[in-house]
Amino acid sequence: MKNKSLVSINDFTKEEQLRVLEAAREFEANPVQTILKDHVIASLFFEPSTRTRLSFESAISRLGGKIVGFSEASNTSVKKGESLRDTILTIANYSDLIVMRNPIEGSARFASEISPVPIINAGDGSNQHPTQTLLDLYSILQTQDTLDNLHVAFVGDLKYGRTVHSLVIALCNYNTTFHLVSPVELKLPSSVKMHIKEKNLAYHQYTSMEEVIPNTDILYMTRIQKERFSDPLEFERIKNSYNLHKDMLVDTKENFKILHPMPRVNEIHINVDEDPRAYYFQQALNGVYVRQALLSILLGYR
Amino acid sequence: MNDKVKELKVSAIENGTVIDHIPAGAVFQVIKMLKLDVFDQMVLFGTNLESKKYGYKGIIKVSNKFFKPEELNKIALVAPHASIIEIRDFRVAQKTLVEIPETVSGIVKCFNPNCITNIEVITTRFTVLEKEDIRLKCHYCEKITVKNNMVFK
Repeated sequence: MKNKSLVSINDFTKEEQLRVLEAAREFEANPVQTILKDHVIASLFFEPSTRTRLSFESAISRLGGKIVGFSEASNTSVKKGESLRDTILTIANYSDLIVMRNPIEGSARFASEISPVPIINAGDGSNQHPTQTLLDLYSILQTQDTLDNLHVAFVGDLKYGRTVHSLVIALCNYNTTFHLVSPVELKLPSSVKMHIKEKNLAYHQYTSMEEVIPNTDILYMTRIQKERFSDPLEFERIKNSYNLHKDMLVDTKENFKILHPMPRVNEIHINVDEDPRAYYFQQALNGVYVRQALLSILLGYR
Repeated sequence: MNDKVKELKVSAIENGTVIDHIPAGAVFQVIKMLKLDVFDQMVLFGTNLESKKYGYKGIIKVSNKFFKPEELNKIALVAPHASIIEIRDFRVAQKTLVEIPETVSGIVKCFNPNCITNIEVITTRFTVLEKEDIRLKCHYCEKITVKNNMVFK
């Protein structure tokens, strides 16, 4: 896997994904290892992102690597009209690996084809965000001790949620049973369902989440955005029906955990945060271990 | 109207290629794709001709030109049922059908305005997901371009 790029979660086979998760466990046990002390990593964020950028930069720092880059494109040569091709070819001269977020879809694939150094896609518009998927898989593995044969419920915006699409597709390798909870307008698109059907896995669709809670191992919550609705009244009508409160968690399995890719608004009440079944802040921390693992593998240290 | 009479509406050629059963609306697109608009030999074409199979069709006859299969398969996106007839000495030497390729490169634009191929100078690449009701998956943005929003470069 040395020098490979990660653009889309499907670029890695199941075995390669598991190798990253295994290495992430090692970094969770021992997070400070200065194996990248002789490396420079470029962190190119053409649009702002807090969580992803800081967790990448934290991962690089804990590995002893140096970071060059920018956190928004406004004061770079991109603003002067430089092409992505030229930006990548130039910055590849200054670094051993490039982490890139770019609002243009397909930009990461293109960069990976022209760059002499590996590219990690940290989000290309509405297309792919594979490190989020890896950290979601890692969080499921850490809380369930397995990825196989689980019941996973996805709640909220399943239509536009990029993280949902990639995670559903990745979980199709693990005999998952899917519970899909969303308003009718935000159902999982058929292009994603196609993957579930191809593997002959079971999926169930719901419009309310109460009935899925007792039967699932993982409850993956997402934010519903007002602008996704053509009818604002419809949004007002449903917005509170996908909010999770502590009193809804009376009857759950023992291993039940709540995940959320964050940021959250009001879909998980803060009274859930202290519950041991809430795992979303740990999930965000897992992002650092998974990114440490990925950087180490792509640079040939694992 | 039988086939023979129809053929006569566009005169026969001595040597070359006849592309038949082109959808009536696609004749000019096929001419463009095969660069026949800048070809220096005789090119005859007809469109909105009656066809028993398709209602209306178009036909193109190109003198002294024999295409490679990969050149012709490009036109399958606009003329999926086209037949290719090689003419030698006024006689049919070979007749084949076009085939939609597994991948399409450079002919079609990605419908997604936010795709990198519509922003930088990049040759588009697609995987053909479905051949009958054409669905093309962009190699870059991974979005699917369908027949209705297909634009040719």
